[in-house]
Amino acid sequence: MELQTLTYIVVGFTFAVYIGIAVWARAGSTKEFYVAGGGVHPVANGMATAADWMSAASFISMAGMIAFMGYGGSVFLMGWTGGFVILAMLLAPYLRKYGKFTVPEFIGDRFYSKAARAVAVVCLIICSVTYVIGQMKGIGVAFSRFLEVTYETGLLVGMVIVFFYAVLGGMKGITYTQIAQYCVLILAYTIPAIFISLQLTGNPFPQLGLGSTLSGSETYLLDRLDQTVTELGFKEYTTDVRISTLNMFAYTLSLMVGTAGLPHVIIRFFTVPKVRDARSSAGWALVFIAVLYTTAPAVGAMARFNLMNTVEPQPGQYLAYDERPQWFKNWETTGLLQFEDKNGDGLIQYSANKATNELVKVDNDIMVLANPEIAKLPNWVIALIAAGGLAAALSTAAGLLLAISSAISHDLLKGMLTPDIDEKQELMASRVAMAFAIAGAGYLGFNPPGFAAGTVALAFGLAASSIFPALMMGIFSKKVTKEGAIAGMVAGIGITLFYVFQHKGIMFISGTEFLGSMSPNWFLGIEPNAFGCVGAIVNFVVAFAVSGFTKEVPDSVQELVEGIRVPAGAGVAQDH
Amino acid sequence: MSKLTNDQAQAYWKRNLSLMVKLMVVWFIVSYGCGILLFDTLNQITLGGYKLGFWFAQQGAIYTFVVLIFYYTKKMAALDREFNVEED
Repeated sequence: MELQTLTYIVVGFTFAVYIGIAVWARAGSTKEFYVAGGGVHPVANGMATAADWMSAASFISMAGMIAFMGYGGSVFLMGWTGGFVILAMLLAPYLRKYGKFTVPEFIGDRFYSKAARAVAVVCLIICSVTYVIGQMKGIGVAFSRFLEVTYETGLLVGMVIVFFYAVLGGMKGITYTQIAQYCVLILAYTIPAIFISLQLTGNPFPQLGLGSTLSGSETYLLDRLDQTVTELGFKEYTTDVRISTLNMFAYTLSLMVGTAGLPHVIIRFFTVPKVRDARSSAGWALVFIAVLYTTAPAVGAMARFNLMNTVEPQPGQYLAYDERPQWFKNWETTGLLQFEDKNGDGLIQYSANKATNELVKVDNDIMVLANPEIAKLPNWVIALIAAGGLAAALSTAAGLLLAISSAISHDLLKGMLTPDIDEKQELMASRVAMAFAIAGAGYLGFNPPGFAAGTVALAFGLAASSIFPALMMGIFSKKVTKEGAIAGMVAGIGITLFYVFQHKGIMFISGTEFLGSMSPNWFLGIEPNAFGCVGAIVNFVVAFAVSGFTKEVPDSVQELVEGIRVPAGAGVAQDH
Repeated sequence: MSKLTNDQAQAYWKRNLSLMVKLMVVWFIVSYGCGILLFDTLNQITLGGYKLGFWFAQQGAIYTFVVLIFYYTKKMAALDREFNVEED
């Protein structure tokens, strides 16, 4: 069957499933809308969390980044998984015990201040909006590339689908769609990887294939890869450090802490019935995530290997441009792959030397999207990739939109501006807020601000420097006061934004970066995307310093802290 | 389900913290230790086609994270039982 038709069938089928779930899982109460009624099984929640967490960036971009960064790409692998250990031990169980609906609500109660809650809402919205822009872009791009509709049409279709299940079902609808989306995206990711691993190494497990010898040869795949890239003048694949050891350390730490501080991930743990479920659910989430994250390094390395082998089948023997394969032509038309015959010999020379390299552009994203075509896999596998990429972007977008809309309806309206509304009115308000959030995110998707490319990485830095420290101090210290927490959050997010803007431009508008993007100006040589952990340290220091000379935390709040530290039998366990 | 005395609550929290610290040390060692700081040293050793430091950074750390969370869950369930603070 024609690839186009097949793609429409596969994507259409998955969308029909999502809409079916939306109709089935309508929310009847605010508890259902915000936390899916609090009755989600920990394994199911783990699966939903995995889909919530793995965005278009994980699905489409990460393996490509690893393919070109080699060992340096490990910061994403460790950073985006290690945060779940922090979540499982340091945050999720205690926040679940507290048993409320949103992250700012906990911060407001623990720091006995509406101002703290308002600051938390602002931080949450900044993190989540920067993150959601990337997802909306991902939806538009996936549609336009695979279904040959315009970017705008694709984005609009995506918005309508999300609107259906997020507005009708709230967290309940989102949870069950995310479970379906996990299944789609993980199949789409692993099936091509298994085929490619089999082709290259004869081992069906990509995790083992990456450490195996090449089929019909005594040479290890990674050794051959190292040899080939160094011959072309690149740094050795398996030892290519990203900038410096300190930078890799800081980058990994920022991503881990940011993961643990992202509100759309945290609220997923409010949906399980018990404290111990919150602990195990984080473990299940990581199991489901690890399936993709341990496959990604193999996808990256094998895609790089295949790409180089296509262009240069034997050392010194280059592919003639006229004989290039069909996938090469397909991706050239998208502009993501570009060839320039610099020496006019009609052959494709790929090298690290910018002056002679003729493969002038190979976009990271191609590594996953074109992988099945490069490996000559059947059309239905390629169609599955489209559905998988869309599932990854849609599931993350929905989770983020819920975090935003519940902060507006529950924290801003019910908590501060209009506390008198009853449950029915609040449920209506949360639906309206969701509709507005989708419209807002769609608007930003249609008119992506210039900084769209850097936004996902930025969201981690912002969450790491604002929300994570406030939650940690709220649980583990009884000494941090409301003044301390507010000053800490403002200082942390402030310095992180300041650092990013001074190197990348105010709101990423080029020309406004007053220190330039020059690496000599980096603080200790840390790149802007890795700065979140420094912001977090600033947050902690400022919060403790200010708490030292402000009025002590009231007894009732100290009791609240005692209460959340024990699963049952202490303090006041309460329901709404 | 009985209410904990202050001392019991303190003891429970201390036990939780000490378990947490031990596991966070392992968390640190497999990722920041083996995957980043000791990377060059560990790379002297190979595991099939993997250099060991590279394996930790791209595979081993992730597997260890999963084990850590389930170990914590199991240990905490036992601690909850011991202090009789399980939810019904």
